[in-house]
Amino acid sequence: MTAMTDDTLPVTPRAMRDEMILFVVMAAVLSVVPWTGIYPFFVMQALCFALLACAFNLLIGYGGLLSFGHAMFLGTAGYVSAHALKVWGLTPELGIVAGIAAAAGLAVITGLVAIRRQGIYFAMITLALSQLLYFIYLQTPFTHGEDGIQGIPQGYLFGVFNLANSTTLYYVIVVGFLAGFLLIYRTINSPFGEVLKSIRENEQRAISLGYKTDHYKLLAYILSGTLAGFAGSLKVFVAQNASLTDVHWSMSGEIVLMTLVGGLGTVFGPVVGAFVIIAMQQYLASFGQWVTVIQGVIFVVCVLTFRRGVIGEIAHYFRRSL
Amino acid sequence: MQALYAQLLVGLINGSFYALLSLGLAVIFGMLNIINFAHGALYMMGAFCAYFLLNLLNIGYWPALILAPIIVGIFGMILERTMLQWLSGLDHLYGLLLTFGMALIIQGIFQNYFGSSGLPYAIPDELKGGMNLGFMFLPIYRGWVVVFSLIVCLATWYLIERTRLGANLRAATENPTLVRAFGINVPRMITLTYGLGVGLAALAGVLSAPINQVRPLMGADLIIVVFAVVVIGGMGSIMGSIITGFALGVIEGLTKYFYPEASNTVVFVLMVLVLLVKPTGLTGRAN
Repeated sequence: MTAMTDDTLPVTPRAMRDEMILFVVMAAVLSVVPWTGIYPFFVMQALCFALLACAFNLLIGYGGLLSFGHAMFLGTAGYVSAHALKVWGLTPELGIVAGIAAAAGLAVITGLVAIRRQGIYFAMITLALSQLLYFIYLQTPFTHGEDGIQGIPQGYLFGVFNLANSTTLYYVIVVGFLAGFLLIYRTINSPFGEVLKSIRENEQRAISLGYKTDHYKLLAYILSGTLAGFAGSLKVFVAQNASLTDVHWSMSGEIVLMTLVGGLGTVFGPVVGAFVIIAMQQYLASFGQWVTVIQGVIFVVCVLTFRRGVIGEIAHYFRRSL
Repeated sequence: MQALYAQLLVGLINGSFYALLSLGLAVIFGMLNIINFAHGALYMMGAFCAYFLLNLLNIGYWPALILAPIIVGIFGMILERTMLQWLSGLDHLYGLLLTFGMALIIQGIFQNYFGSSGLPYAIPDELKGGMNLGFMFLPIYRGWVVVFSLIVCLATWYLIERTRLGANLRAATENPTLVRAFGINVPRMITLTYGLGVGLAALAGVLSAPINQVRPLMGADLIIVVFAVVVIGGMGSIMGSIITGFALGVIEGLTKYFYPEASNTVVFVLMVLVLLVKPTGLTGRAN
């Protein structure tokens, strides 16, 4: 676990200040989007994926664990929220809670299995677990197989905010994203986050210092999966459907790609990466399967020449931690 | 009973592919420290290679059985020389990400030109028809796939465990620097190893072409199952990979007969069970 951390900078007041300034700028930019004429649906979709990528990044960038199955949290939370809203007729907030709870439960179960191996095996195990779930969702009736759950009612959040109104929905998504982002940021800079980084750097030494590293890794995994589930629940309100594509391995690959492009182990990288990849998919939609090829090329180019990612390169250039 | 034997045979055939692919993965991982995510895509290229040889150059099944693994193996060696070799010394995860990207490129290109449907590839005349074994009807081609895969697996095991070349290979896996000091060209050996692993995948592709049709995504889902096989078996031993591959194929076949709903998932469920009982895999050593 060395290569991606060769230029880790210590958390200093200056770094914290930089990050807080950037956070305020990001929040300000996001809050004026509805007046700029930018298609809000695109931004909402990108924000859901940005939160998902941030959750994924918590695990790989700070815990050194590459999950190749994070789509299972996105898809599970999406299905459960969609089912709760449409069939059980729950209110939006309860639908979100149901989705998050499902993702958290899934994270506990899969975490206990996956955490038993490290490194490359961890990636293969999470991939296999998500494929197992894919086949289960393909066969169980409540997911409606290939069709997915469609036409999900949006309803009134807390009985007040009409989510069918796209501006209202937009701000709800922005607030949800910022809350999730802050939670991850807080986690990274907490004593828990510091222990996690030490496990990434040298697990043996962390063990010899008396840390039960498996507990830390499992907790990080559960937190990451739960937040990925939150992103999945939010996405239901934007897309108004929940389908098998959200659980497929190619989705897990896209999550990895977003984080890699933005910068593994950077605070803002996954957000930038998510916007880049979602924008690319929008503009290249007419090229069909070539999008897959282009994604593959980005993977190859990033790994060979651009391992720090966009934000990582900028941070490296200015000798800052972003 | 007929149906049970038929499913057992299907299981053995899938097991042959699992064995050939996980064997290649294990060999590559030993030398390059890379999990080759592109393995499924290269398996698919093996099948397409046989298809092209037949339809463009009119070269039949038997030459393709040798030519396709060599051609795809050379392609793999080019990939290793141009890309994978730059990853040595980096975290294992970058190898996974790079080969995942390669798989997306290869599969995407083939999907563009051939869509997602299957192309037919005929069984060679010599292996058409079937035999009545008394208790079941055995299509000759299917029997051939199982026997031939087993021979190739055992030959690979012999090459690595019992020959001088294999001894060098195993030594280089343990300590490449020291082996280089003995005057052995380790980088070339790494390239050839990758070529060998890829060749095995391509061979599995050729074998499967008459059974499963030739499809751009034929390797995409298979590789995930093979990953689970590798986790179950552990990558510590060559023979372990072979036995685990065949055994899981048979178990999958039995599941298809007794409880078809679970046939897609049984390998993954077994992986979970093995991880709970023996996290290092059945033949793996603690790392």
